[in-house]
Amino acid sequence: MLLIECPYCGERPELEFTYGGEAHLVRPTRPAELDDQAWSEFLYTRANVKGVHAERWRHARGCGRFFNALRDTRTDRFLAFYRAGEPRPKAGS
Amino acid sequence: MTAEKRSFRTANGGRVDRSQRLRFRFDGRAYEGVAGDTLASALLANGVHLAGRSFKYHRPRGILAAGSEEPNALVTVSRDPARVTPNLRATQVELYDGLVAESQNRWPSLATDLGRINDWLSPLFPAGFYYKTFMWPRTAWKSVYEPFIRRAAGLGNAPKLPDPDRYAHRYAHCDVLVVGAGPAGLAAALAAAESGARVMICDETAELGGSLLADCGPLINGRPAPEWARQSVATLAAQRRVTLLPRTTAFGYFPHNLIALSERLTDHLAVPPARMPRERLWQVRARTVVLATGAIERPLVFPGNDRPGILLAAAAQTYLNRFGVRVGSSCVVVTADDAAYQTALDLHSAGTAVPAIADLRAEAAGVLPEAARRAGIEVVAGSTVLDTHGDLRVSGITLGRVRGGEVQPAGRRIECDTVLMSGGLTPSVHLFSQSRGQLIWDESLKAFVPGRPAERTLCAGACRGIYDLMAVLEDGAEAGSAAAAETRGAGTADSAPPRRSFLVETQTRSHGAHAGELPQPRTRSRSKALVDWQHDVTVRDIALATREGFQSIEHVKRYTTTGMATDQGKTSNLNALGLVAESLGTAIPQVGLTTFRMPYTPVSFGSLAGVSRGDLFDPVRTTPTHAWAEQRGAVFENVGLWKRARYFPRPGEDMHAAVARECLAVRGACGIFDASTLGKIEVVGRDAAEFLHRMYVNNWTNLAVGRARYGVLLREDGFIYDDGVIARLAADRFHVTTTTGGAPRVLAMMEDYRQTEWPDLDVWLTSTTEQWAVIAVQGPHARRVLETLVEDVDIGAAALPHMAVARGRIRGVPMLLFRVSFTGDLGFEINVPADFGLSVWEAVHAAGQAHGMTEYGTEAMHVLRAEKGYIIVGQDTDGTVTPDDAGLTWAIGKNKADFVGKRSLDRPSMKSPNRKQLVGLRTKDPRIVLEEGAQITDKPGQSPPMALLGHVTSSYRSSVLGASIALGVIAGGRARMGQTLYVPMPGGDIEVEVTGPVFYDPSGARLNV
Repeated sequence: MLLIECPYCGERPELEFTYGGEAHLVRPTRPAELDDQAWSEFLYTRANVKGVHAERWRHARGCGRFFNALRDTRTDRFLAFYRAGEPRPKAGS
Repeated sequence: MTAEKRSFRTANGGRVDRSQRLRFRFDGRAYEGVAGDTLASALLANGVHLAGRSFKYHRPRGILAAGSEEPNALVTVSRDPARVTPNLRATQVELYDGLVAESQNRWPSLATDLGRINDWLSPLFPAGFYYKTFMWPRTAWKSVYEPFIRRAAGLGNAPKLPDPDRYAHRYAHCDVLVVGAGPAGLAAALAAAESGARVMICDETAELGGSLLADCGPLINGRPAPEWARQSVATLAAQRRVTLLPRTTAFGYFPHNLIALSERLTDHLAVPPARMPRERLWQVRARTVVLATGAIERPLVFPGNDRPGILLAAAAQTYLNRFGVRVGSSCVVVTADDAAYQTALDLHSAGTAVPAIADLRAEAAGVLPEAARRAGIEVVAGSTVLDTHGDLRVSGITLGRVRGGEVQPAGRRIECDTVLMSGGLTPSVHLFSQSRGQLIWDESLKAFVPGRPAERTLCAGACRGIYDLMAVLEDGAEAGSAAAAETRGAGTADSAPPRRSFLVETQTRSHGAHAGELPQPRTRSRSKALVDWQHDVTVRDIALATREGFQSIEHVKRYTTTGMATDQGKTSNLNALGLVAESLGTAIPQVGLTTFRMPYTPVSFGSLAGVSRGDLFDPVRTTPTHAWAEQRGAVFENVGLWKRARYFPRPGEDMHAAVARECLAVRGACGIFDASTLGKIEVVGRDAAEFLHRMYVNNWTNLAVGRARYGVLLREDGFIYDDGVIARLAADRFHVTTTTGGAPRVLAMMEDYRQTEWPDLDVWLTSTTEQWAVIAVQGPHARRVLETLVEDVDIGAAALPHMAVARGRIRGVPMLLFRVSFTGDLGFEINVPADFGLSVWEAVHAAGQAHGMTEYGTEAMHVLRAEKGYIIVGQDTDGTVTPDDAGLTWAIGKNKADFVGKRSLDRPSMKSPNRKQLVGLRTKDPRIVLEEGAQITDKPGQSPPMALLGHVTSSYRSSVLGASIALGVIAGGRARMGQTLYVPMPGGDIEVEVTGPVFYDPSGARLNV
């Protein structure tokens, strides 16, 4: 069970959180203007990195807030936790 | 019956209390042991070695080891019919007065086991025999072969009764968790505690001290090793910040230093206190973990190496020095290592004859071999073992000599009743490997040792290949200080703790190790040479596997099952690796290493489950009218965690009769239904309408206050996610209902968009599911019933039309009243605060009696909605259904630029006319009710495989129509109206006609009254 640091509440065990997939994917403001290829990439294409991954977590059984984390998918080690809307930190990128 | 006459208990010494005699039974026979014994030591004290039968060949087996690595002596211990624990290692079962144990996998008795025939027929059962043998006929797989294999090859039997014991769970945090309380672990814990860290130290045995308790020779700081251990434990126990956990196995190493410990609390007690849990599962989050897990002695592989009376040398030393038990009267020692010499010397002074020490090494020189020679023991260097003799107990050994790499064919037979073997030590790297730490091969130790760790892990002592006592103690102390320093966050360079030194007086030993089989002459003995004792894997099996092309150890392991028994190959893995490497002509690191997995030793299901069983297995959610429905004899169904009344049978009624009566009552008069489980979310804020406008397909900005609308929610990929009625209670306040099961995921999805896509919107989401009791009153008489009950609200057709919502009071209780229908008849849903739910329900039910009101359950609700073609998300949809597929295009707001999922609906595949579309299905024979999930095809009389058009999603008997009805999804279904299709079933094809999905009152006349 991972130890996750909610930027609002502090370190908590993984079972208080839900996973939210890749971070920094912004929903297009005008989806209608995207062609099918671009929309399908937004929907389905993910980086699926082996290495440092920026991902979303939600402290679902705590404060309920979404936030982002950098995790090395090879080791499960977290490099940074930061609030939604903040830029991806430099660490490990 | 008395115990065996002959006792192998020594007169004094060891950690047992000879004055406390304990009676126990093994296989029905009475024996006596003493306090401090394990079942294994007590059996050996009585001269009993034969303790089990092997898994596959039913070979007689003795006690091999003294700890958790024991592969042979698996026993069943029972206290009563419900408290039966199979597959316990006798070496870990602590003796108590009255203990009852049975051996396993034998019939009719341990000494005479008919299963032994497998041993003599063993040429028929080589590795992988079941892949080759039990192939045909296929029909026999389940009925003949599997039951046969399961009975023939086996371990103990689980009890049939529920487990009456209690199991506890506990979470803990500490700075330093020390796993293993041998010399390294104790030194680490002492050092860490001294620096003020919160320390936990656990050990799988009853007494902390590990190998120190089995070795009386060395002096530590002037005191005998066991005495130093005792004092160290006392020092630790006196400190408030230290937690000592004996009888506690660290069995799993999880990410971010979470360690699972299994603590056994009562299994060693003759009369366990009634209130005490039997086991406690600890989940410990440690800043730093110090692994001091020690090393396990490696058996030697030679023909006939598995007879009862053949033990690991270190085990014999433990039995002698810790338990005061000599393992035999005459004992030949075979060794690749100096440590076994000490055992031989100890046994020799305790009165056991040692006819010979056969050393595998070409030279047997050094302090210990010299001491053995001085004691008059014959030491034979350059030895090998050609065979052993005896059946239920070893009676002799034939030693061979290796000269210039060649094994001389002639052997020398020595009579003995015990053989001790030592192939050197294998560091216990199980937990380190579980933590994903890297293992590296150490050629001088012939073992894998910890390399780069993946977590904050420090290894100390024998588990990293450090074997000399002084070095082990220093290593432990250093690891303990470093762990504590890491916790304080101090830099390691400037605050390096003073190096702790220990004054240890002991014999110097040289260490050797052997992996693989001992050298054999060209014509070798026919006796089996075991590699994996517990799974009966022999040298021949490994050779067969490599001959058949299995080269990776992962493949050899699965083909031969070596290392896959409950002992996880603690004694076998390295010998198997050695054999594979030898037969492939490569080095062990090239063969690879199998992955270590948790649990280190078996953990009971009770311990893992804890209190989560029976009533506490899952929370149960009940509605405010639950008790009322129970009194009425309702039959309940589980919907998620909810208990919902499914139907209310009257005397003599089955489900069909009850549901038919309930449906007809709703259609003919009125019914009352508890809809409290509906998910409810209050959406509040200046931008509430805009938020819903973006989330749901419908138009929300034009919804007037006091009106409601049926909403459809899509995922971004365009498929239906949820649906429900949404009412506007005020300009900035909406009451959203969701499906019963969908409430949490809808709220989570809304929160996701609110927080991460549109944080600029002023909107708040609150789950109100459990705040409201929802009482549905449905049917033509519904208004007449409510008119007598409601206050401050006009419920007339003009004031409160279909899809209107109003506030008012009912019997004095504030109420939110919806004019909605999930039946197609006139309907209301009364929302009152949950605490008033039952009293309002009873008032409505009482008032309704004059109007033919009947309570109905979810089954009737399903039939009534299906008669109207109303879908249930998750039943008629499955995550691949678009609004158009479900016939819900009308719900999509006109001219909306965007909503979640809208863009996806424009993708070409989402607009194909051949998509599966929701239609109605009428069987040609109205008495036949289709099976939900049944497939649909367009040609009769086919046999599989055949082209399928779709499937039945909902199917019921409709009493108001006097016929069966069904909904289904069918490719291009709306273009097939009137077509005849076929539902192939085992009894033949069922003819169906495709219709519209609305079977009852298609004009909606009954709704708008």
